[in-house]
Amino acid sequence: MAENLLFLTELMGMKVFDLKGRKIGRLRDACLVPRVDPVRVDRYLVGGELTWWTVRFDQVATISLDGIFLRDEQLIPYHEDEFMLRMVRDLLDQQIIDIHGRKVVRVNDVTLERRHEDGHDQLWVLEVDVGVRSIFRRLCQGIVPPKLVRRAMMRIPPNSIRWEFCNIVEPDPQRRLRLNIDMRALEDMHPADLADIVEELSHEDREAVFEAIDSEVAAETLSEVEDPRTQVSILESLEADRAADIVEEMAPDEAADVLAEMEESKSEAILEEMEAEPKTEVEELLEFDEKSAGGMMTSEFVSVPDTATAADAMAAIRLNVDAVDTLTTLFLVDAAGRLTGVLPIGRLVLADPATPLRVLAGDDDTVSVKVSERRDRVTEVVDKYNLMALPVVSDAGILLGAITADDIISVLRQE
Amino acid sequence: MRLVERLPRPLLIFFSVIGPGFVTAMVDNDAGGIFTYSQAGAMFGYVMLWTLAPIALLLVVTQEMNARMGAVTGKGLSDLIREEFGLRTTFVVMLLLVIGNFTNVIAEFAGVASALELFHVSRYVSVPLAALAVWFLVVKGTYASVEKIFLGACVVYIAYIAAAVMISPDWEASALASVYPVIHWDTAYLTLLVGLVGTSIAPWMQFYLQAAVVEKGITVKDYKESRIEVIVGCVVMVVVAFFIIVACAAAIWKHGPREIGDAAEAAKALKPFGAYAYLLFSAGLLNASLFAASILPLSTAYSVCEGLGFESGVNKRFREAPIFYWLYTGLIVVGAAVVLLPNFPLIKMILFSQVVNGVLLPIILVFMIKLVNKTDIMGEWTNPRFYNVIAWIAVVVLAGLTMVLMSLTVRDMFFAV
Repeated sequence: MAENLLFLTELMGMKVFDLKGRKIGRLRDACLVPRVDPVRVDRYLVGGELTWWTVRFDQVATISLDGIFLRDEQLIPYHEDEFMLRMVRDLLDQQIIDIHGRKVVRVNDVTLERRHEDGHDQLWVLEVDVGVRSIFRRLCQGIVPPKLVRRAMMRIPPNSIRWEFCNIVEPDPQRRLRLNIDMRALEDMHPADLADIVEELSHEDREAVFEAIDSEVAAETLSEVEDPRTQVSILESLEADRAADIVEEMAPDEAADVLAEMEESKSEAILEEMEAEPKTEVEELLEFDEKSAGGMMTSEFVSVPDTATAADAMAAIRLNVDAVDTLTTLFLVDAAGRLTGVLPIGRLVLADPATPLRVLAGDDDTVSVKVSERRDRVTEVVDKYNLMALPVVSDAGILLGAITADDIISVLRQE
Repeated sequence: MRLVERLPRPLLIFFSVIGPGFVTAMVDNDAGGIFTYSQAGAMFGYVMLWTLAPIALLLVVTQEMNARMGAVTGKGLSDLIREEFGLRTTFVVMLLLVIGNFTNVIAEFAGVASALELFHVSRYVSVPLAALAVWFLVVKGTYASVEKIFLGACVVYIAYIAAAVMISPDWEASALASVYPVIHWDTAYLTLLVGLVGTSIAPWMQFYLQAAVVEKGITVKDYKESRIEVIVGCVVMVVVAFFIIVACAAAIWKHGPREIGDAAEAAKALKPFGAYAYLLFSAGLLNASLFAASILPLSTAYSVCEGLGFESGVNKRFREAPIFYWLYTGLIVVGAAVVLLPNFPLIKMILFSQVVNGVLLPIILVFMIKLVNKTDIMGEWTNPRFYNVIAWIAVVVLAGLTMVLMSLTVRDMFFAV
């Protein structure tokens, strides 16, 4: 064990001595002030006989297992300070998000590094400890001498998370601001991983995450949350306008699915706040029975006139940049909007720009389903014809939407 | 499906939240519970029936607090204890919980063994098979299908009601005894009294129920229905207990009060009243044991891992959550193996488990009352004052009773012939 490391458990209850070497109290907590420095311990809280004192980091001379020795005795009594992150109170035993390991963990201990700078000892937060070694340390704290604990614990493999990968979840937005907690690091995670994490959090922590992250990421994450009940409770916990921002970013079919599960007054409040265009799309989808093709389809698809050429089709795709990530199939329609053909994107890539789309699509029968078709029949059709996207048409043959393979997978998994 | 959709909304919500409170209450009538109720009926006839109403009240009060905490916070009981009372307290509580639950698991496998021995199946066949089945059921099945199996299994408890009716007991006497408290100041009666309360209100239930409420995603919004469900569950549990006592009173006590060795003996005593009563009672015992054996190890592993911050969950792979799986598997394997050991002091072990659970229960209740009254956790959902009064009375009564039980047990363990 490197000599310059110190654990929060060892720090807790450590004796604090004044200039003349008299004991003035024991250490109760160590605080970061993230707005000043997110890593360096800024204040030490010392429990004296009558009151708690606040010790600034530059008032400390040395810190070791023998105790904390001050170099300045001008201490001020402790008072609650909203800008302080008290490690014992706010971090120890609480759940945080391990961004690197993509999971929720519970903090057992904190590893601090002692640096001698500007002529005095300072502590810097290095890692948050989880796992058996830190549990062992906590259990022994105050009962077994620290030096013995340090030797014994070497047999247990360590399990720690670097401080920069730790994301604290704070439900109160004011305090989040004061403690400089942002959730931007969460936005870099894959939405599916973030959804798994969110599902493990408590109600208010969930709400905090969805309030704080970018609405596009929030929308993707919400789509990845598996249990519809959880999706609903997340949306219901948010303010209607925030919920609307998120719903707008979701695929219309998924948005409609979630809203359909909600109480009508709540879902109406959200729809009220939405922008006109996504709102009408979602509202149209809400009209359909959940268990029919209409309830499964999305209204986000790319259709082109069947009289167009490959070059026109490429242009149409360029206009729908948002859809590109999941786009597999183009739909051909006649002047009245009736479905006349289906064209896999792959064929377009190989085609000469001047080729008419009708030729590219070939003479194969176009497989489609009516909007009222039952759900199990839809999955059957997709399976039978090995489709990536299945067009959904009205009774008159007008193209209304599409059901994609990932929708089918979700349906099958839920059954 | 259509029929369900046409039900009025409150009822619909009730059916959609049915589960946690109900399952907990059903599992509460496990092998140990059936044995104790049978014993009460066999030794004292209808006399002890009056205890069931107060037991139901205590059960509702404690279970309701758990359901409320789960719905409001979205956190398990061990999570909350850890966050508010620190690691060391949590560790001690978890240690006691593991010991208490482990001995409960042993009792469940012993229940499986004796229930199937009535059908002439050797315990060396039935117990390993049951252990394997339980392990696979949870580890390999998805949670949803597992819960459906559990809920379906609850129906088997009707077996006890049917068994009791077939014996045609003295309904008038049992109705009277249900409302007329009688206390005999002798050790046998007092031990059984404490035993009745102890098997009905056990520490594992508090952890299991709250975790299940959270797992089910129940929030404050559906809490009203959830509370109804908890109450209904407790009432049904007590009704089942009532019929077990009545059945044993009519079948055994009426022909001369005597002590029975295990629940299977109670089943045997029903034989003269027809093959069906006997079969039903045994089937009920088998189901109760299997049911509790599937839930207890899982619930223990969840609580411990959550409290101590290890990864947990049957949707995780073994490598991701090793401690969870080791604990879960260990409880089942060792619990089942112990039953197969010749000359294993099973009764002493079960008595010991009652002591551990007895120590743990008041501690957990005190933690629960403290937690449920914290506004920073519960917001507006803290206990009303009268509720706290009832809760504290419950703690004092339970602590007092378990104190009595402990001293009796310790005396039996060390000074009995």
